[in-house]
Amino acid sequence: AVEAGRTPGPRICEGDCAVLKREDVFKAVPVLPRPATVRKIIFEKQWFYLDNAIGHIYGTTFEVTSSGNLQPKQDVEETTTETKEAGTDNRNIVDDGKSQKLTHDDIKALKDKGIKGQEIVQQLIENSTTFRDKTEFAQDKYIKKKKKKYEAVITIVRPSTRILSTMYYAREPGKINHLRYDTLAQMLTLGNVRAGNKMVVMETCAGLVLGAMMERMGGYGSIIQMYPGGGPVRAATSCFGFPKLFFDNLHEFPLSKVESLLSGTFSTETLPSEPEDGSLVGEESNGLADGKQTSLQETEEESTTEAAMEINQTEEQETMDINAEDVEFKENKEKENKENVREKQRKQWERRKKLIETAALLREKNADGLIVASKFHPTPLLLSLLEFVAPSRPFVVYCQYKEPLLECYTKLRERGGVINLKLSESWLRNYQVLPDRSHPKLTMSGGGGYLLSGITVVLDKSKSDSSDSEALKMEEPSSKRCKVQDLHC
Amino acid sequence: MSFVEYGDTIKDGDTAIVFLGHESMFPVKVQHGTVTQTKYGVIRHSTDLIGKKYGSKVTCSKGGWVFILHPTPELWTMNLPHRTQILYSTDISIITMMLELKPGSIVCESGTGSGSLSHALIRTVAPTGHLYTVEFHQQRAEKAREEFREHGVEHLVTVTNQDVCKNGFGVSNIADAVFLDIPSPWEAIGHAKSALKAEGGRICSFSPCIEQVQRTCLAMEEYGFTEINTLEILLRVYNVRTISLQIPDLGKAAEDNSSTGFDSSNPSNQGSLCTNLQQGTVQFKSGVPLREMVGHTGYLTFATKS
Repeated sequence: AVEAGRTPGPRICEGDCAVLKREDVFKAVPVLPRPATVRKIIFEKQWFYLDNAIGHIYGTTFEVTSSGNLQPKQDVEETTTETKEAGTDNRNIVDDGKSQKLTHDDIKALKDKGIKGQEIVQQLIENSTTFRDKTEFAQDKYIKKKKKKYEAVITIVRPSTRILSTMYYAREPGKINHLRYDTLAQMLTLGNVRAGNKMVVMETCAGLVLGAMMERMGGYGSIIQMYPGGGPVRAATSCFGFPKLFFDNLHEFPLSKVESLLSGTFSTETLPSEPEDGSLVGEESNGLADGKQTSLQETEEESTTEAAMEINQTEEQETMDINAEDVEFKENKEKENKENVREKQRKQWERRKKLIETAALLREKNADGLIVASKFHPTPLLLSLLEFVAPSRPFVVYCQYKEPLLECYTKLRERGGVINLKLSESWLRNYQVLPDRSHPKLTMSGGGGYLLSGITVVLDKSKSDSSDSEALKMEEPSSKRCKVQDLHC
Repeated sequence: MSFVEYGDTIKDGDTAIVFLGHESMFPVKVQHGTVTQTKYGVIRHSTDLIGKKYGSKVTCSKGGWVFILHPTPELWTMNLPHRTQILYSTDISIITMMLELKPGSIVCESGTGSGSLSHALIRTVAPTGHLYTVEFHQQRAEKAREEFREHGVEHLVTVTNQDVCKNGFGVSNIADAVFLDIPSPWEAIGHAKSALKAEGGRICSFSPCIEQVQRTCLAMEEYGFTEINTLEILLRVYNVRTISLQIPDLGKAAEDNSSTGFDSSNPSNQGSLCTNLQQGTVQFKSGVPLREMVGHTGYLTFATKS
């Protein structure tokens, strides 16, 4: 039996992959061993060092001092000794732009003096002439807004699919094909992803889908990742901080070899070229800085939004850091230059051996499921990769757009060997729940992609045309079947 | 077969799913000498099922055929005998992810109800995790125990017959996650907190009404839970259809039709559009939403104990 599910301790350690959190904004960072932790981290317009966080429990909230150090936040009792004064409506509140007596320069001076954010907020309140006339709710909202701006607090949490998929969807949706986290959740459930499975996955979501599957499988069973180009991208996978053991049964197979494997002409003579060492280092050392894989169109689309600008900036910062490491890496490399050739040959040989093993696993054609979430057209992927899946197993295909899945649906029906095909989309609505102020949040995501799912069955090779049309008839959904479940209220 | 492990062939005692057609299926307990009636005729378990591969096409006595599927929590959810209103896979999937469940997780659940969520939770936390589920209705608790035994997962679950609001989950400081689907979840938040590990964990409460959510959020805040977040997830299902729309007759001459913008030789229209000028129609594939959809199941409130 494998000893899996053994998670690292709940304390922040060197070498961990941690996630910074402020309000609903996340950022994944590696906790490098000292003295590299001295590296400056920029997050939400604040800069700080991670040194002091080491040894603290995950979930701890820190205050950022003016010198960039992290200090565990003390629970302070709210200073609401004075009797609350509030207006009932805003009929007499006039926007003359003069309600705040502190000027821009005053506030900057306070900040430069290193005064705690909490005190700045208090001063802002005291110097606001309209604050007392605002309703209690409006006062609440004012304080919350100012706290968000001036109180420099961050929480350090442990990575999980929940956190990383939320983070990627908010920060870099282009890198995960706009796969929203609830859609990813549907995929894991529809695909019956669990310990002990032998799964086939083809994704171009920076390794996020792979990571989510690895989390759900807990090191039990095996995963075969099909990859386009020179090698699989696992930038997001590395953010999870999985134990080494989880990678023992993770295999990869080049997509360009699939047809030869299916037709029986597979050989390992011509392998796709290995990814460059530099890019690999970049991926391993920093989860979010993988190669720019988004199409031109996508990049253009995103750079128009302000949010994306911020991401670009932080990315630049990260890229600079990597370059520094890169140089160091290359220096070391030159020293070992002679051993390098032999090392390379050994690696090549090992790679070939692994590929042969993976090919053998695929040839068994008994995978327990197929998950596809890529930038490619899903139809050819499905028609080929389903060959590797055993009968009575689920498969799920994600696509950012609905139209390719319509075609995929039709082609799968023509192929046969699949039942219970379902095209779906999930909607996610967040709520503000406060006493007397509950309502859906103002904005919601416009789209998180589409899923086509189904179950494989034994493929009847000699099926006649009549049985085919019968199958179609059988599966044709009747419009009558629109029954909505009763609700218990 | 078991709900936590795939098997290749159908065996005596298995629970299998008989698939008749689009969303028409039912579970069957495979037993030597037993027969099952379907609208396509009789299935004889000894000869038609046992020893066959899961996913096989089985021909029934009247010549019609069905597929026999390996059970999964999702298929079970669609086919289980209802003793209560149940949670469906859309809600279950977001619950599982937001509670950060994985192999090895210890989960507390109440109420057990019909066991729809329970099966999904067990699937996810197996083989090293455990589910402690509390159901105050004695008959339902017993029925759930029986099903878990039949489905080969009894070693992964403990069913307790008590009132979670009064007596809690029967465990303390061991859970990574707690799920509540009861009428007054705010009365169980304290018990939920003590069931969770000292180092922290996640909680979720499912309620159909917003008033329940408000009271629950207040209770969560009172007990020091953080990251309190309420959301709702809806599933839109699309039927894939080929639609033909008639081209209106505006009295133009036949040769002018090519200028209407529906020219089939236009490369941008290839594949998705098919124009039949003789019949005056345009065909295309569309994902058509169902006429009616589930508009609300319940609000899901998540929070963290840290």
